[in-house]
Amino acid sequence: MNAMTNAMTNAMTNAMTKFRGWIAVLLLGFAGLVLAQGNIEIDTPAIAALKQSMQQRHAKLAPLYASGAVGLAADGNVALRDASGVPLAQRGQANALVAAENADRAALYREIARANGHPEWEADVRATFARRWIDRAQPGWWIQRDGNWVRK
Amino acid sequence: MSAFPRVAVLGAVMATASACVTINIYFPAAAAEKAADRIIEDVWQLGEGETPTIRPQPDGEAK
Repeated sequence: MNAMTNAMTNAMTNAMTKFRGWIAVLLLGFAGLVLAQGNIEIDTPAIAALKQSMQQRHAKLAPLYASGAVGLAADGNVALRDASGVPLAQRGQANALVAAENADRAALYREIARANGHPEWEADVRATFARRWIDRAQPGWWIQRDGNWVRK
Repeated sequence: MSAFPRVAVLGAVMATASACVTINIYFPAAAAEKAADRIIEDVWQLGEGETPTIRPQPDGEAK
């Protein structure tokens, strides 16, 4: 009788240990899932290079934002909204700056989506950036809201 | 006891978990916003003190 109870307890503890093992495996799996969903990867060489290029260009773009010649568009780009404030001789350069910035931005949005394994997220990434560029723009800069240009 | 079933189930669980990650996942809007802010801060050089575009001028220019 005693031996039988002993055997039963042994079997039960054995089963319990196994069960706990599965729970641990399951929890680990879910932890990985949560981590994968809550993160956006932006630390890649391509993104770093784009960031640096945009940062250098910003020194030249900042006066154009301040004067209102260039504004932050609703689509995540920058736009030459009022060239009249730019001296004729510098309009070509302003145009080139805007084009180069928009090319970098497009590459940045695409690269972020790609780096996270979801190229189809590019439009979502662009929309997120469009909102944040505008939210973080300095007072006095021009931004596009509901299709109209307004001074922040 | 044989180790085979254990390994097999472990493999199945891991395969299922990773399948969930790659197949059914929505755009993580909050994380993307944070990532965007980090990049914008770098590009526009917004420090912690919110002093955008003001760069310390190198003083002592030898002329």
